[in-house]
Amino acid sequence: MNTETVGLPLAHDSAELHVTGAATYIDDIREPDGLVHVEPGYAREGARGKIRSMDLSAVKSAPGVLAVLTAKDVPGVNDCSPARGALDDPIFAKGEISFHGQVIFAVVAETREQARRAARLAKIEIAAERPAVTVDQSLAMKVKDLLPPYEFKRGDFAKARKAAKHRVSESFLIGGQEHFYIEGQVSMALPEERGAMTVLSSTQHPTEIQHLVAKMLGVADAKVTCECRRMGGAFGGKESQAAQWACLAALAARVTGRPAKCRLDRDDDMMMTGKRHDFRATYDAGFDATGLVTDVEVDFLARCGYSADLSSAICDRAMFHADNTYFYPAARIATRRLKTNTVSNTAFRGFGGPQGMAFAERMMDVIALKLDLDPLDVRKRNLYAKGRDVTPYGMKVEDNVALDVIEKLEATSSYKKRRKQIASFNRKDGILRKGLALVPVKFGISFTLTHLNQAGALVHVYTDGSVHLNHGGTEMGQGLYQKVAQVVAEEFGIGIEQVRITATTTGKVPNTSPTAASAGSDMNGMAAQAAAATIKGRMADFAAKHWKVARSRIRFAKGQVLIGNQSIAFGELANKCHAGRISLSSTGYYATPKVAWDRAKANGRPFYYFAYGAACAEVTIDTLTGEMRVDRADILHDVGRSLNPAIDIGQIEGGFVQGMGWLTTEELVYDSEGRLRTHAPSTYKIPCASDVPADFRVALYDSPGNREDTIYRSKAVGEPPLMLGIAVWSAIFNAVASMAPGKIPALDAPATAENILRAIKSVRS
Amino acid sequence: MTSNAIRFLRRGKVVELGNVPPMRTVLDHLRLDEKSMGTKEGCNEGDCGACTVAIGSLKGGKVVYEPVNACILLVAQLHGKELVTVDDLAEGPKLHPVQKAMVAKHGSQCGFCTPGFIMSLFTLYHAGRRPTRQEIVDHIAGNLCRCTGYRPIVDAAIASCNGRAADRWAKGASEVADQLASLADDKDVLVGDAMSFVAVPSSAATLASLYAENPDATIVAGNTDVGLWITKQLRTLPKIICLGNVKELHGIDDGGTQLSLGAAVTYAEAESCLAGIDPDIGEVLRRIGSKQVRALGTIGGNVANGSPIGDMPPMLIALGAELELRHGGANRSLPVENFFLSYGKQDRKPGELVWRINVPRLAANQRFRAYKISKRFDQDISAVMAAFKITLEGETIAAARIAFGGLAAVPKRALETERALVGLSLANETGWQRAVDALAADYAPISDMRASASYRLEVAQGLLRKALLELSGQAGTRVVGDRGEAA
Repeated sequence: MNTETVGLPLAHDSAELHVTGAATYIDDIREPDGLVHVEPGYAREGARGKIRSMDLSAVKSAPGVLAVLTAKDVPGVNDCSPARGALDDPIFAKGEISFHGQVIFAVVAETREQARRAARLAKIEIAAERPAVTVDQSLAMKVKDLLPPYEFKRGDFAKARKAAKHRVSESFLIGGQEHFYIEGQVSMALPEERGAMTVLSSTQHPTEIQHLVAKMLGVADAKVTCECRRMGGAFGGKESQAAQWACLAALAARVTGRPAKCRLDRDDDMMMTGKRHDFRATYDAGFDATGLVTDVEVDFLARCGYSADLSSAICDRAMFHADNTYFYPAARIATRRLKTNTVSNTAFRGFGGPQGMAFAERMMDVIALKLDLDPLDVRKRNLYAKGRDVTPYGMKVEDNVALDVIEKLEATSSYKKRRKQIASFNRKDGILRKGLALVPVKFGISFTLTHLNQAGALVHVYTDGSVHLNHGGTEMGQGLYQKVAQVVAEEFGIGIEQVRITATTTGKVPNTSPTAASAGSDMNGMAAQAAAATIKGRMADFAAKHWKVARSRIRFAKGQVLIGNQSIAFGELANKCHAGRISLSSTGYYATPKVAWDRAKANGRPFYYFAYGAACAEVTIDTLTGEMRVDRADILHDVGRSLNPAIDIGQIEGGFVQGMGWLTTEELVYDSEGRLRTHAPSTYKIPCASDVPADFRVALYDSPGNREDTIYRSKAVGEPPLMLGIAVWSAIFNAVASMAPGKIPALDAPATAENILRAIKSVRS
Repeated sequence: MTSNAIRFLRRGKVVELGNVPPMRTVLDHLRLDEKSMGTKEGCNEGDCGACTVAIGSLKGGKVVYEPVNACILLVAQLHGKELVTVDDLAEGPKLHPVQKAMVAKHGSQCGFCTPGFIMSLFTLYHAGRRPTRQEIVDHIAGNLCRCTGYRPIVDAAIASCNGRAADRWAKGASEVADQLASLADDKDVLVGDAMSFVAVPSSAATLASLYAENPDATIVAGNTDVGLWITKQLRTLPKIICLGNVKELHGIDDGGTQLSLGAAVTYAEAESCLAGIDPDIGEVLRRIGSKQVRALGTIGGNVANGSPIGDMPPMLIALGAELELRHGGANRSLPVENFFLSYGKQDRKPGELVWRINVPRLAANQRFRAYKISKRFDQDISAVMAAFKITLEGETIAAARIAFGGLAAVPKRALETERALVGLSLANETGWQRAVDALAADYAPISDMRASASYRLEVAQGLLRKALLELSGQAGTRVVGDRGEAA
């Protein structure tokens, strides 16, 4: 397929604004006259227990304070839960708190500094009860599961167990992860006539903000508009977690009648908003002498925090990815969704998938270790293949390119040669040891909640030929706006500079799904293309009639419209259409086909297709200190036919590094009182430039295009590359395992220096 | 002579602020007063670099641009300097070379960290030489990006920072130098009144008398620590005295056998001198904080704040450094280890200032090793900081001075271990284990978010073993900071 604009490595639509500081984020908008500032307040001590007393008098009398808000000030429903009907995320805790940092009140003041200072003056006493901080504590304290357990089960275990010559079982921890979007949570509310409210929010889900603000205010959804031009990063952390701050801003605006802004300080942001779920994974697997898996039982315990949030779908997705690229003849994949007295964990790039996949890869490494085989051979042995192509949840894998991706990367990364070099390096038995791993990724694309697989767009063509583009997807840095603009420019055959990208707003495209599940370009690209195609169709019909040329002889290309043998500028035709009373505006709509999932029966096709990739990582560890360095990383990733290879490479590299951070330096530490101790970048360490291997080779898989009919046969790329980071964790495991053949290193994630040293001790003793 | 305005250079003009609140940060000044919104707040504690701006100052007659975190920089600290922000770089539609390279290499995704990166790269662009990849990643270690994975940003630096600056600032350097020279008028600055002020004294005499009169004032050198009292603890600091312009506190005197550092010497200024004592000091300095922090933070401040986890004190203690304190006109000296009395308590009287630090060089038969253990290599506070000075007689250890940070309530010497090492040989491992075990008698560390107590002790023991192995000639012992010495 020849394209003019789709497939070009164009810069991010806002790149020039980013580098000049001119890109406007919510806190950069010139503040309207009379704007007030909102600061959430919480009990400094206590994570769980009744609110014994609350004295806010000093807060109220502090300089600049206009109002102090609590649950009783909410005119509508005091809840901002994304799980409709759950009503378990109070905007203001009432009566009791369930985690340390839970919002109990909010201060409204003339300046942000006044609001922050006033909030610290609250005297709140909690009748503190012992919090369940970890999943193990939740079990030990017999806390009722937050949500019902769920499992996939298939195959004949008795038969499989007989075939299994070998068995292995172990249990390990997979840590959570803070999003650390560089722009913290922020929202600005502008009150309007008749109780209406416009809310500017840094959110991946404007429709949900609209709905939750309306519910909180007790007004119809139509009275609330939510808009978002761009976010300074989100990664899932602004899917449900942006709502509370939007509600606080809107409430302050309602109470004071003035515009109101709520922007969280970084420490509060990290304490008050959810993170990636940490898991305990416990498994038992059987396999034959060649490493072929016969049966697998795995139990995931998820730390969900105090409320449901998106935990149900997240835990489901962990189960959907506990197979990764591998066929399990007999499998029982189970999760328990445990309640803890910690902030409610939430969406984070991969949405449970990374935890499921980390288990699958750990199991492959352990099987290889037990049989003294190359882990890559064990991985290849277990791949989905003909006759072994149905997942534990009953979906047939039709687009499997895992083996091809692996083999190509194996060659380009010189895996075999380096495996030998590393073995000889490790034979020297020095302080430093090396490890190598090549790990595949298969990630299911679509929302597993089927109804979310729909998107809308709105396109206007003006009489000068310039185009106004709007759709339900939000821009968080992933380049969605530019990709969709490329699709629209392509459809009209015009230059990208003629397409004006506009802020996502519920006033233009309603009832949208969150920009999540990697599906942003797939869905909004299709919807915008449909809108543009509708207008283009009308323009072509008009031209055919006007110039009396067959419809088939009209083509839009290079900014021109070819009408038979003549050619006119796109803008000129738009102008003529308008004079001819042709509508130049259209909505577009898309619903992902083929997906159908029966959760009760644990069977169906939850995903439209799979995205694939593989990464090969080499690491060096220090056996005296546990310190680790990534020496090299090679990646081959399948994006189908890329809409924009520069943006896709950016997603792949950034995803890999974020995944690597999750599994290495990023450690969330809660103390026994349930307080998060790592609530700032001084204590929570995301990768910095020097952590990225100097030798970093990233390539796009040479794909003929998505097997499914996606937008220009491209593939989703937002989440899948995060899981490429598992290669680093696997390489660390490999390095530690080299110290004591056959012994399983007790390596938890994240593999901090401390955890690596602990794993080293576990194989030494 | 006293002036009552903070004066700095901005966009070619001198800005005079006569009533700036003492605790006003540069970030708040930019965003709330000047309404320049290009500079972003990421963490408000100097750790993410989103608010990076460039400060131009005269060093050796030349204008030098350094990146700093505007969120924890006081407006008063700008006195006599030039402030450059991301909003200033482009000329109309014409992008600055580092901006152009960032666009061309796809160095921005969400764009929120980008202004900070641009300003870090702006200072690298003006560094006067083509940086290596390692120098680039060191330079941007204080800028966090959560989207890109950094590769395109490093590529943009490679493409644009070629050592030949040719932008407006390069062309106008002599004019800026003149303007900065004219701002350096030796006047003491005090903005505010007797109850609440921020002062920028220019001489030691004024400083000493001002502090003696106001022992309740907060002394600020780089403000990289005190800044967080303001932005995070929301403390009220009515009286602030900035050391930055006190000339006597700036010099580094190389007395041959010892270096003498003024208390306001920054990490950046001290880096090459201290690395001259031993490359491990240079390696630790490379990793302390970030370029932004090292441009402002001082060796004196790292000692004076009394933190048990500062990286300099263990090295200074192992080296046998001495501290000079001054109260009014009177000076006294003490070994660095004696300064730290207990957690949060130092041997410093009200109104007394850390004045100089005197660091002896190594004798020919002395060896030095230092190791910094942290979750992330760059820009991270140490879980354990180790420093060893070993005096040899042939292969035999004649004396040892060992100090650790992160293992006790103060930076502390390992006296038991030092004794256990004396008489041991580097030629064989006899007795090494006993010395390694002795660390357990010297320290009883605690667990916190950076490391558990048991890891702290184990890693301390591992580091002693590593030091001994290295001194006995073993190579290939480090994942970062290898000394490059062959076995």
